[in-house]
Parts: sequence; structure tokens; C-alpha cells
Amino acid sequence: MARTREMLTGNASAAWGVRLAEVDYVPTYPITPQTEIIETLAKWICDGVMDARFVSLDSEHSMITAAGAASATGVRVFTATSSQGLLYGFEMLYTVAGWRVPLVMVNVSRGLSAPITLEPDHNDILAARDSGFLQIHCETCQEVLDSILMAYRLAEDERVLLPMFVNMDGFHLSFTREPVEVPDINEARRFLPPYQPNHAFFKASQPMAQGLAVIGGSPYSYFKYQMHLASMKALDVYKEIAGEFEEIFGRSYNTIEGYMTEDAEHVLIMSNSFSTLGKDAVKKARERGVKAGLLKLRLLRPFPDADIKAALNSKKVVAVLDQNISIGKGGILYSEIAGALYHEQERPLLLSFIGGLGGKNISSREFEFIFDSMIKADTTGEISAPQLLYTEGEWKEMERLKHLAGKKQESQIKIIGLYTDIN
Amino acid sequence: MEPTLIKSIKDLPAEENLLPGTPICAGCGGLLALRHCLKALGKKTVIVNAAGCFTLLSVYPFTPFQNSWLYTAMACAPAGAQGIRDALDILIKKGRLDPGEDLKVIVLTGDGVAYDIGLASTSGAIHRHLDFYYICSDNEAYGNTGFQSSGATPFASKTGTTPIGKISPTGTILAKKDLFEIWRSHIPPYLATISPGHPVDLINKFKKAEQYKGPKLFINLSPCPPGWTADPAHSARLAKLAVDTGIWALKESLYGDVRHTVIPKKFKPVEEYLKEQGRFAHLFKPVRQEDVLKKIQEMVDTYWKDVQKKESIKA
Ligand SMILES: Cc1ncc(C[n+]2csc(CCOP(=O)(O)OP(=O)(O)O)c2C)c(N)n1
Ligand code: SF4
Ligand SMILES: [Mg+2]
Repeated sequence: MARTREMLTGNASAAWGVRLAEVDYVPTYPITPQTEIIETLAKWICDGVMDARFVSLDSEHSMITAAGAASATGVRVFTATSSQGLLYGFEMLYTVAGWRVPLVMVNVSRGLSAPITLEPDHNDILAARDSGFLQIHCETCQEVLDSILMAYRLAEDERVLLPMFVNMDGFHLSFTREPVEVPDINEARRFLPPYQPNHAFFKASQPMAQGLAVIGGSPYSYFKYQMHLASMKALDVYKEIAGEFEEIFGRSYNTIEGYMTEDAEHVLIMSNSFSTLGKDAVKKARERGVKAGLLKLRLLRPFPDADIKAALNSKKVVAVLDQNISIGKGGILYSEIAGALYHEQERPLLLSFIGGLGGKNISSREFEFIFDSMIKADTTGEISAPQLLYTEGEWKEMERLKHLAGKKQESQIKIIGLYTDIN
Repeated sequence: MEPTLIKSIKDLPAEENLLPGTPICAGCGGLLALRHCLKALGKKTVIVNAAGCFTLLSVYPFTPFQNSWLYTAMACAPAGAQGIRDALDILIKKGRLDPGEDLKVIVLTGDGVAYDIGLASTSGAIHRHLDFYYICSDNEAYGNTGFQSSGATPFASKTGTTPIGKISPTGTILAKKDLFEIWRSHIPPYLATISPGHPVDLINKFKKAEQYKGPKLFINLSPCPPGWTADPAHSARLAKLAVDTGIWALKESLYGDVRHTVIPKKFKPVEEYLKEQGRFAHLFKPVRQEDVLKKIQEMVDTYWKDVQKKESIKA
């Protein structure tokens, strides 16, 4: 099978990544907008074009357990979930990461209930950021396919041995068709050889206890530190792997991606599929004479502090656009970027914006508002509280809905960063 | 092929797969039974454990087992068993593992897990016809957290969350769930109740179970000295009393077809079993709760009357 170019959704791209990784085992549970991945795999396995075992579990909690246990027994495992499902299985994320198994899991981002919704933001995947799973976040369908192959290489590396998430936005990527180059199976094999674990796994001649209890903080800390150090090591390993990937497939993926950042003074930070909108906004800002650029975060765990610091070195203003909200604090990635930059001698001003929650559009006027705020901060030196993006049009529509719902009084809440949308 | 059954405790397998020196309480009826179970199951096994007392059997870097062990979490040990079973099958089928390296997969949990939080994952595993053993050590409460009421706690038992007081002098007012029947409704190939007081019956049940591929499920009534407030030296006797009073029915089910394996010739009054345990002390002191004692006796009598009817119809 040679390389082919096809129009694939994000979900189909994920399925292709799994097929090319020659995964042995796929435990599953359905949830929108992820289900297309497991249905595609189910069909391929049923048709005999993929030599894997597919099993429907009774919950995501069970699904992640089965996935981790199978991985601990020595097969290559894939699974996928989203949002409510991820949180339903949350206990097991920490557990299987502690088992040090190289499981790869796709999360198709979707806002968390309540209110229940289908469309994306990143509170689901970022809730898992401390679990020990490494995380790659994708902007394009091609990136999804490629990242799955890279994720297995990274997770299975003896220096790493941690499970990995590949994340994509629900709907905006999961159901959007883009041209995707599907690699040739032999090239995929060259990049990702069959899984041959040398570490612990279950067999009769080698009885062994795994995942067992510890008593006291000393062994507990030891094992947690081990995971952290392995995760840090993964930064170097990632670069090796990305180098090899580029050699074979001609596509290069750094831990972060700079778009027009080289000479930029005002840098917007984003992740996942809405970055495409951000890039477009950067181009438009440039037309207005703003020296804009965009930094896309791709490897979220381990967090590539050094690469981010280098990319933001000598920038005037940086704005982080978080598609998540840590209630009572603000944007999660803002805090992480602030942490990365704190020890820099010359730090850029750092602004925080929250937008795109639950798939809310980020309009070009909102991007303009962000760049204008950066310029203003640059001239005044003043930094405002995190700005919650909401257009006047949206505000009015919400007032109408509240009226329909029987709410008589006008809301007393004043949205900060309310942007006057003339449309 | 009919298995060769044993006749007396002299025939119990000599091999020990659970070695002494564990942090489990003295007189733990669950551990007593587990030792016998593992004699029957042999060395080529992997135990998949859920949170409970037995989680403390393997504490890094020690394990009392001759076999493998995986601690999962509380609700999902059967799903862990699914992952291991499937992975072993895949590896053997794809020629990456010698069939001689295969393992029996055993889920080991308490009653809080089996009756409550792990019920969905167990139902799923049985429904998928997973080839595994499930050993539920039923001490009739959440033991490891200090003995709180679970779906397995019997009527009138005192627990940490069903204390005795002015408002509620009875303790647990709910009846014990019938896990045997819940599991039986899935029609597993083999299902049995066992007791550490009846090791011959226990071993023979494992011998029978071994004939079948699919779910093989066991519920052990596990006298629990600290939770039941009973003398650790009397655990085996208590286990026998539970059977002799008819409170713990020893039975098996083959594809849903039930047969009682030990039927006492003459049932002892339930009081004999209850009065040995602090968890039922409030039924006797400061005043005898005659109505409660009567109700418990009636529940047992009704059960056995029903059994007699059904088994005589079959015979
Ligand atoms: C999800 C979750 N909830 C609660 C606990 C706390 N917990 C640990 S062991 C245990 C008791 C288990 O009871 P049971 O299954 O009856 O086993 P036993 O300890 O009695 O042997 C509980 C409630 C936990 N570990 N995980
Ligand atoms: S608390 Fe009870 S069940 Fe738990 S180890 Fe002790 S005796 Fe056994
Ligand atoms: Mg219990």
C-alpha cells in the first residue's frame, strides 16, 4: 500500500493512525463526538483488514482499566473517549499512568456538563494534565494521524513508558474533512516497529505483582518522582522521534509551532483547531500593521518550558487565549505560560483571554479586540484581569433566551472584556 | 469429563500458593478460604484485585503469592481481568507468547465491590462471557474502611454506618442483596457459594468449575473477627455455624441450574450463630429483640422451604 492522499475527518484520521500503528487491542465505549473512531475500527476489524481484537466495555472506567491491563500484559492498545467519558474514567487515568504502560488514547475535546453540551473546549483534556498521561494537541487532521504514530513511539520508549493522549477538537476537527496523506504501511512500520516490551508483563514463567500498594510517603514519592522524571526525559525523546518522523514522512512537528513569530512583537498563544482561526487573525492584524504572531502549543505534557521561553524571548506582549476556564482562577494555560516565563530576565507583558468555551465561535472582531488589548497594554503597561470574551450580539441573544426561559430581571453580572460587536 | 472430586480434608491439595506472613487480621475467614481457592487454582494464575482488605496482601516490595497480581481500583477489577485475558489470547494467537505461559485470570474482591460499586463491571464481564474466576470474599460490610454497611450487610447487623441508637435499635434495616441470584440471572457456566468451614466442598467446586470456559463465580462467607466482633479463634466454627443454621446456603449453579451442595440434616436455630457476634449483640442485650430474632429465623425458614419445594420438584 503506497502513500495516498484522501479527504478524511479528524476521526477517520485517528482511525488510520491506529490502523497503521497495527494496534492489537481496542477496548471501547461510545460518546459523541468520538464514536466515529471506534465504529471505523470496528468495521475494519470485522472486515479483517485490521488484525486486532475489539471489545465493548460497560463504561469508560472499565474501558481504561481493560486498556491499561492489556497494555501491562504486553499488547499494543488503543482507546478513545471524550469529555464526560474521560471524567467518568478519571480515576483510572492516574492508575494506568502509574502502571507505566504505553497506552495511546485519543480524546476528542468537548465541553463538560453542566450544562451538558456537545461542542468543544479543553476543560476535559486539561483536567487530565496532572495524571501522568503525556499530551499532544492537534490542529489538523494530518496532525491527528501523524501524532498517533509518534505517540506510540514516545510512549513505548523505554526511557519514557507513560501513556499518551492525542487530543483534537470535537466537531471542528473530528467531523471536518481535510486532505490527509495516509502513509504507506511499510514506512509506518519503519517508523514504528512492532511492540516488543522488555519491561514488566504477565506470563506464567515470570510471576510478578504490578500496581501494588505502598505504605508510607517514601515509596509513594519515589514512584511519582520517577514518572515526573520520565516525563521530563520525554522532551528529549520527543525531539529524536520528531526528527525521525520528518526524515521518513517529510512532515515536521516541534513541541510548539510558531506562526509569523520570528519578527513578531505581539504573540497570541493558542492550541488545537481554533489555532487556524488565530493564524488567520494574525495575517489580518499584520495587514493592519500590527506585528502579530501566533504560538501554537502542541506538546502539552511534558510542558516544553524551554522551547516556549525561547520562542517568546524579546517579545513585547503575549496573550494567552484559553479555551478552558478554571473556575475561580481563570485560564489554565495562562498560568502555565506565566510559570514558564517567571524566571526570564526580560519578560513580555502577559495577558489572559478566555474564549471559545463549549464551541463558542471566536470572531475576527474578538481577535482584533485581543490584539488591540495587547497594543494598549504595551503603551500603558497596565494588565487587566482575565478577559472573558463575549460579543454584544451573543449577549443580546442570551438576554432573549433568558426572557424565553421566564427570567424577568436583567442579569446583574457585568462581563469583563465584553466586546461591542457592531454586526 | 467428570472431575475427580475429593472426599475428605486429607485429600486437600498439599501445594501452597498463598504463603504465610501477611498483614491480614488473625482469624480472617476470607484469607482462610483464599488459601484453599489458590490450592485448587494452581500457580499459573494472575489475581486482579479491587480495593478492599486483600489489597494489603501485596505491599511493595512483598507479596505472599506464588502467582502474579494486579491491583486495579475499586470498581473495575473485572475490566482489568478482561484486558489481561484478551491480551494473553492475542499474544498466543499471534505467536508472540508460548501457550505454556498462559494464566488463569482471577478477580478477587470484597462484597462492597461485588454487591455495589463493581456490580456493573462484573455484569459486563459475565455478559461478555469472559473466561475468568471471580472470588468474592463476603464479610458483609466495607471492611477495609472499618466496617460500614454494604449491599451485603444482613438485616439487623450493626455497622459503622448503621449504629444502634434510640431512633434505630436494629442496626441495618435493609436485607442482604442476593448476589447469587443477580449473577445467576446472567446464566454463567458456573456459580457457587463457598465457606472456609467446608474446604472439601470448596475444592470440589473449583474442580467442577475448571471444566468450563467463561465466568466462574464464587461467593465466600468470610467471618471477620474485628467487624463481626468475634473471637479470631472461632472463625472456622462461625463459618460452619452459618451453614448449620441455614443462614449461608452452600450451593452451585450450572448454567443457571441450582443445586444445594450441603444441606444440614437438622438446622440449628439462627440465634446460635447470631449470639456469637458483637454485631448482633443489641438483639440480646439490654433487652431481647424478640421480633427481630423471629424475623431473621423466618427469613431463613422461608428460604429453605422454597429450596425443598424446588429441589424436590427436580428430583
Ligand atoms: C472509588 C473508591 N471509593 C472508595 C474507596 C474506599 N475503600 C477502599 S477499600 C473499601 C472497602 C471495601 O469493602 P469490600 O469490597 O467489602 O472489601 P473488604 O474491605 O470488606 O474486604 C472502600 C470503601 C476506594 N478505594 N475507591
Ligand atoms: S477486617 Fe475482616 S475481612 Fe478484613 S482482613 Fe480483617 S478479618 Fe479479614
Ligand atoms: Mg467486605
